[in-house]
Amino acid sequence: MSSAHTGRRSSKAVLHWVGVHSLGVAAALFFVLPFVFLLLTSLMGERQALTRDLWPDTWEWGNYAKVWHTPGFLTWWRNTLLYAGLGTLLTVVSSVPVAYALAKFRFRGRRLALLLVIAMMMLPPQVVVIPMYLFWAKQLDLSGTLWPLIVPMAFGDAFSIFLLRQFLLTIPDEYLDAARVDGCGEVRTLLRVVLPMARPGIAAVALFQFFCAWNDYFGPQIYASDNPAAWTLSYGLESFKGAHHTNWNLTMAATVLVMAPVIVLFFFAQKAFVEGVTLTGVKG
Amino acid sequence: MTGAHPLRAKRRRSALRTTAFLSPWLIGFAVFFLYPLLSTLYFSFTRYDGFRQPAFNGLDNWSYVFTDYPLFWPAMRNTLWLVLVMVTCRVAFGLGIGLLITKIKTGVGIFRTLFYLPYLAPPVAATLAFVFLLNPGTGPVNTLLDAVGLPTPGWFTDADWSKPALTALALWGVGDLMVIFMAALLDVPKEQYEAAELDGAGAWARFRHITLPNISPIIMFAVVTGVIQAMQYYAQPLVAGKVAAGVIGGSGQQFEPGYPDKSTLTLPQLVYNLGFQRFDYGTACVVALVLFALSMAFTALLMRRRGGLIGAGE
Repeated sequence: MSSAHTGRRSSKAVLHWVGVHSLGVAAALFFVLPFVFLLLTSLMGERQALTRDLWPDTWEWGNYAKVWHTPGFLTWWRNTLLYAGLGTLLTVVSSVPVAYALAKFRFRGRRLALLLVIAMMMLPPQVVVIPMYLFWAKQLDLSGTLWPLIVPMAFGDAFSIFLLRQFLLTIPDEYLDAARVDGCGEVRTLLRVVLPMARPGIAAVALFQFFCAWNDYFGPQIYASDNPAAWTLSYGLESFKGAHHTNWNLTMAATVLVMAPVIVLFFFAQKAFVEGVTLTGVKG
Repeated sequence: MTGAHPLRAKRRRSALRTTAFLSPWLIGFAVFFLYPLLSTLYFSFTRYDGFRQPAFNGLDNWSYVFTDYPLFWPAMRNTLWLVLVMVTCRVAFGLGIGLLITKIKTGVGIFRTLFYLPYLAPPVAATLAFVFLLNPGTGPVNTLLDAVGLPTPGWFTDADWSKPALTALALWGVGDLMVIFMAALLDVPKEQYEAAELDGAGAWARFRHITLPNISPIIMFAVVTGVIQAMQYYAQPLVAGKVAAGVIGGSGQQFEPGYPDKSTLTLPQLVYNLGFQRFDYGTACVVALVLFALSMAFTALLMRRRGGLIGAGE
């Protein structure tokens, strides 16, 4: 190959590199700038936050302390952690055996069962909310508590079941057969053989479920809205803005505080997340 | 009992075992899906305020929703707008970002993280942030647009711009699609590109004739799941409308939903408006069933036996 040829080729490669990476930087700005403006505004004084300024004159770190000590804010945290934590635990415990049966057992009606799981997964929560609300509020008198949000999660979540099933399908049957030959019952096989291999799938499901509860707005709005002591962060945050409707700096500080745990958790569990998202779409 | 027959006993044991493993979901299905769905159907034919007994009133609620309820058709139109425009934009942008990330050679991990993070932002927090960012007078976006001499729309305060503003918010959270597309793009066999390159196919021809056919099932998946999500779109338009309107939050707040001028009203909001603000549970159930019919129609697309996008494991 002549040197002129390679020269042209490599300069084309350089151009391509520069083009792709400038596009990448432009896209990155679109994704990052909202976070930057959010942070900058959260550190402005109350008056400056109402102006067109982009950069804080004085850095009001005290805004975060102010938000933190707003009456109710800590309660919302506790409620959200309770809802997300307990809910995630219950979902995983109840969804694993169902997903295992759907992935690995042969039985009549298996296809139908899976179709119904998918139908439940696609069901907008608003479709069944009226009877569910009447059931929790009128029959059990539990509106204004977190129970209507947490208890259903003990009965398997359709999305988690589906995701876990997709994951369990990738575990070869030979491992299960080997355990059965060794005399393991199904429960032992599930606990000793399948669970250790399914750890990444379970991690993904747990994370999704945690964030789903963390982000839930509709559920708390329906069941907890009349009792501020049962509000969660998502619901409280919106009301926070309502009550402080001129204070963009405090609202943005509160917003940052609600986003932060999600983002921190993501950095610890990036792999599980990306794997989970991929699993829903690609191995369908 | 004939249980002594070993084969039959074994079969019965295995049926019992399957039932035991499925039991959490079987109970959940009955209590949180089947029972409320049938109740919703029943309530839709009654006048019911939650206090007095439901009174059968035939198709009154149904005809009220379709002919007299002033919010139904605006909400339907908005939902269809979001289904068409928001889903198209999200899939196209997600694919674009997915393509871009597969081409990036340096610092790909950082780029991927940056593109993915907004997807994780809690919807209410992200919406609040966008209402602030797109605040017409003082928001940073209009400040920047003004600085480079572009027009500065009213975004969430302008009925013509509120849905595009919601679309921008949805594009910000496109990280899930990026990941799915990235995985699909990396799965396309390299040999096909090499063969096409030898045949002298340009970049566009390769994309058109190799990339697209290979990833078309994933595109369909993204479209259909996107449509279902768009029909359920709730927290973002509701919070955007309320915050932009300056409604003081808290319980029992009555406000005309869909600010400005019903432009951010979606079908799920009507269930809330009818049921929990007007205590007209019967009529709310009609809207819930419309929503159900729409989402199940699209779900059926996902699950068709042939060419369906979610297989049942056969």
